Amino acid sequence: MINYLFASFFIIGIVYSIITGNLNISSEMLTASRNGLDLLLSIIPIMCLWLGIMNIAKKSGLLDKLAKILTPILKIIFPEIPDNSPCFSYIGTNIIMNMLGLGNAATPFGLKAIKEMQSFNKEKDTASRSMITFLVMNTACVTIMPTTIISLRMLYGSVSPEQVIPYIIITSSLSCLIGLIIDRLFYVVKNI
Amino acid sequence: MIYISKIIIPLITIIVIIYGLIKKVDIYNEFLEGVKEGLHLSLDIFPSMFAMIISVTVLVKSNIITDLTSLININLFPKEILPIAILRPISSSSSLMILNSILSRYGPDSMVGKIASIITGSTDTTIYIIGMYYASVKIKKIKHSLIVGLLADLTCVIISIIIVNIL
Repeated sequence: MINYLFASFFIIGIVYSIITGNLNISSEMLTASRNGLDLLLSIIPIMCLWLGIMNIAKKSGLLDKLAKILTPILKIIFPEIPDNSPCFSYIGTNIIMNMLGLGNAATPFGLKAIKEMQSFNKEKDTASRSMITFLVMNTACVTIMPTTIISLRMLYGSVSPEQVIPYIIITSSLSCLIGLIIDRLFYVVKNI
Repeated sequence: MIYISKIIIPLITIIVIIYGLIKKVDIYNEFLEGVKEGLHLSLDIFPSMFAMIISVTVLVKSNIITDLTSLININLFPKEILPIAILRPISSSSSLMILNSILSRYGPDSMVGKIASIITGSTDTTIYIIGMYYASVKIKKIKHSLIVGLLADLTCVIISIIIVNIL
């Protein structure tokens, strides 16, 4: 799937550029490579900081405690994950960070969560049920504090920049819920 | 609300450190271990991030999406919404760029401005997230992940248009 996506982006983009006579595409590719490197440089400090702090939390037993609290709630959404697994702490922290609009800080926890899921995945090259559910929750996450949007609206002189917050809470909750329902349907239909 | 999102990170840090001290954890060395892991994990996800950025850039900069969407004219919603709805799951930087131009041209309190703000704020870059997370654990068969992710994005676009029209 990713193979086809990757190929079609390149093919469609390059063919269309040639047809429309847009020959800047080669320099755009180089700029994008540099942006990719910039992204790496900006993600390394975040990863190091959070995984550092998280490692203390893990060794002190704080993550296990959190997992115990979250197990009954998250077990409904992720029935495959064993009780009191640290995976629940990672998922919980990832969701909270996403809700607060701290997407960058959410990534390290998300990566740890999916690594845990992979450890009890039976087919190592195939996405497990919990992985798919988890990624649905990440791509359509419930947002209660859209920081970037609020600051952009302030920048353009909105009368009330926060006015969209309730709309965003409703929209993101509904699309997350519908995403989870569709995901569940895929699973149910396959097992009939 | 903005206060909560600013205070949460320092708060978590201090709770973790104090709890670690109470439980007599070797906090300094455990932190260093985590940093090491963070470095490895960043390098692990870098190739997929890099591939994603380049392929998406080639697609977006060829202008095919903006050209195609300008041809389509549906009266149900403002036509400026279509490019942002299509680009949001693919590229976060280019959808933010479009949001910028919509906000400056129509104003943040216009209907288009509100819908565009809600779409950008309610979903995340689906393709990027799926690509990065699965690559980090070397998953090749992603099953229905992408379809569900994109359907959730579509739901978000529909709801945001409805909600701004109703309320």
